[in-house]
Amino acid sequence: MEILWTDALIFLLLSSLFCLVIYMRKQDQMKRPIQKIVQSKVGVAALVILLFFIFIGLLDSIHFRPSNTKNTEIISALDYWASNLREHGEKTYSSPFSTHLYSKEIIVSPDGAVHWDYPRLDHGGRHINLPEHQLLLDILKKLAIGLLQGLVICSLLVVGFLIIRYKCTNKQTTLLSLSPGLKIALKVAVVVISVAYFLVYLSNYYHVFGTDKVGEDVFYQAIKSIRTGLVLGTLTTLIMLPLAIVFGILAGFFGGWVDDIIQYVYTTLNAIPSVLLIAASILMVQVYMAGHEQEFTSIIVRADTRLLFLCLILGVTNWTGLCRLLRAETLKLREMEYVQAAKALGVKKGMILFRHILPNVMHIVLISVVLDFSSLVLAEAVLSYINIGVDSTTYSWGNMINGARLEMAREPIVWWSLSAAFLFMFTLVLAANLFADTVQDAFDPRRNIE
Amino acid sequence: MIQYIIRRFLYAIPLLIGVNILTFVLFFVVNSPDDMARMQLGQKRVTEQAITNWKQQHGYNLPLLWNEKAESKDKITQTIFYQKSVGLFLFRFGVSDSGRNIGADIQERMWPSLVLALPTLIVGLVVDVSFALLMVLYRNSAVERAGIVSCVVLLSISSLFYIIGGQFIFAKLLKWVPISGYDDGFSALKFLILPILIGVFSGSGSGIRWYRTLFLEEVEKDYVRTARAKGLTETQALYRHVLPNALIPILTGVVVILPLLFMGSLIMESFFSIPGLGSYTLDAINSQDFAIVRSMVFLGSVLYVLGLLLTDISYTLVDPRVRLS
Repeated sequence: MEILWTDALIFLLLSSLFCLVIYMRKQDQMKRPIQKIVQSKVGVAALVILLFFIFIGLLDSIHFRPSNTKNTEIISALDYWASNLREHGEKTYSSPFSTHLYSKEIIVSPDGAVHWDYPRLDHGGRHINLPEHQLLLDILKKLAIGLLQGLVICSLLVVGFLIIRYKCTNKQTTLLSLSPGLKIALKVAVVVISVAYFLVYLSNYYHVFGTDKVGEDVFYQAIKSIRTGLVLGTLTTLIMLPLAIVFGILAGFFGGWVDDIIQYVYTTLNAIPSVLLIAASILMVQVYMAGHEQEFTSIIVRADTRLLFLCLILGVTNWTGLCRLLRAETLKLREMEYVQAAKALGVKKGMILFRHILPNVMHIVLISVVLDFSSLVLAEAVLSYINIGVDSTTYSWGNMINGARLEMAREPIVWWSLSAAFLFMFTLVLAANLFADTVQDAFDPRRNIE
Repeated sequence: MIQYIIRRFLYAIPLLIGVNILTFVLFFVVNSPDDMARMQLGQKRVTEQAITNWKQQHGYNLPLLWNEKAESKDKITQTIFYQKSVGLFLFRFGVSDSGRNIGADIQERMWPSLVLALPTLIVGLVVDVSFALLMVLYRNSAVERAGIVSCVVLLSISSLFYIIGGQFIFAKLLKWVPISGYDDGFSALKFLILPILIGVFSGSGSGIRWYRTLFLEEVEKDYVRTARAKGLTETQALYRHVLPNALIPILTGVVVILPLLFMGSLIMESFFSIPGLGSYTLDAINSQDFAIVRSMVFLGSVLYVLGLLLTDISYTLVDPRVRLS
């Protein structure tokens, strides 16, 4: 078991999230917004998809050194599980579901004759003998089997879930009396799991999204990128939240010179164009890592440090917006009667902040966390394009796009890397945006008039 | 008014000093000039002499903050901090690490940036506001629902895909416009039209949503109800009453980014190889030219402060309720 820095932070984040959920369940004022989220069909569907992505990301965050092989590189649970995909590399590009390489090569046949043709792939579609005739039929067959098996597994899971639920609720309800939210959640889960199963099943036989320049499976790259996107989207918030909450509330509550100093700090940070600040910081990290090579022995540790730094820097550039919102809200709350009453009763200032102000600005924090998530995932792609994003050895959608961008000029064009990155990124960001909308609807008091 | 502006200018000074200290810490304290020299000259086989020469050439051979060896006043002035920051305050950007004059480069390159960024802003504003108005006009109907859905979809796609897709379809397949490049004068138009359109399109998802919430907030207010009650149709109420009132936040939001348009857009300019400040900065980042990045950071923050000032002034011009004090 090897624990990288980002892994540790992810599990820290997860446990704090868990505590937050338990805390929120106890609070009466939280019941109605949560109810509202659960009742929203779109919100529940988006949440299920997000949870699926998070599950994959978590699998990819459990790192260890494989004991049985000579290779000493750290791998994750996901790598272990997908070792088929990881090891079945080809020589260079090959399109999705193809059995031949993208470019021609000199092939020596067994009888010694030499000819110039597209060679067969080492792994993709190896099981069929005559690809020209059998390929389409075989793909269709595998599609059908994959879908069928996926559906069967899903229905078993669903039935199992229903039975457990039935047992746990002490048989007060019937087996199929589900709330509408749960119904949607189950439906979406069935679709997501079957699609995932079916892709995994097919990728045992083919390269579902083709292979890239060095022959690596694009599907594998796309799944590995999920973790990078999630880490950037969540750890950045973990870093910016304490800054924004502490400074925002203090500035709003105390006013005077405290306010002046905090305002000065965030205006200064805001004044620097954020891309340039990130670029400058990343350049500095690079210089530092170049100067301290002995501390970063493994490639993964190196890439992980850079990822962590990127989160740190993005956190530092991003906290100002939330801080300003919290300051304004606290200014408003400070004049509220209940805060005035607490003051008059002689409650200590720290206590007022903690018991009266903080819980009443939490909805703003929550909304901004979910809103920021999708923009951070999108920002990663742009930063990687400018070469100030994650390390070039880290799997990320930005790196995939960046690598595939130049290949659009080839003939025939290499479109699969881009499409895979697009598909995965779009699904995650769309789900995040839809969920963010639902959360905003549920928690924003201004949207609750009707 | 003038007094207020002067005060705001004075207020900007500590801000810029703060920016300067921050960039100084980032560029010189975290990593010493020695590290930078080693990085620029290649990692491994660098002699001490080469490092000293490099530092000599770029004026990094002084102490950071305090020069022990110098005479009275020079103790402060003969340092990297003083030499490199005072120049920035006077807009003397000096020479880049590759030996070019940064000031001249900036002056030359800011116009292409502006030519790209200003039309994108204006067209984008018009498009976004009109669609937002349309959605508010037909609220609680299929039009609005379709609009909301397409906005979420549009804003879930990375801007890189709009650029790559746009270039591929309009320049490569249809061959309507050249893929990338730039020219002087009016012939630049054919190079600019695609980046402008893509810029407008990729920003429209979030733009329309933002303006829609602004309009929706206004629509609920009492004066709009009064306007309806006195017999105005929904369209009239929207154009005569809601739009002018909502224009105040819209205008001030635009004014604050106006000066920053000079800085250009990093990815647009590099994808379409437009020789603006954005691609200049990007090249500097990629070639790790610290002098240019530092100048651009400073320039960016000056323009930001200018934007804040313009916002305050424009508030007083468009909204008679706001007075400067």
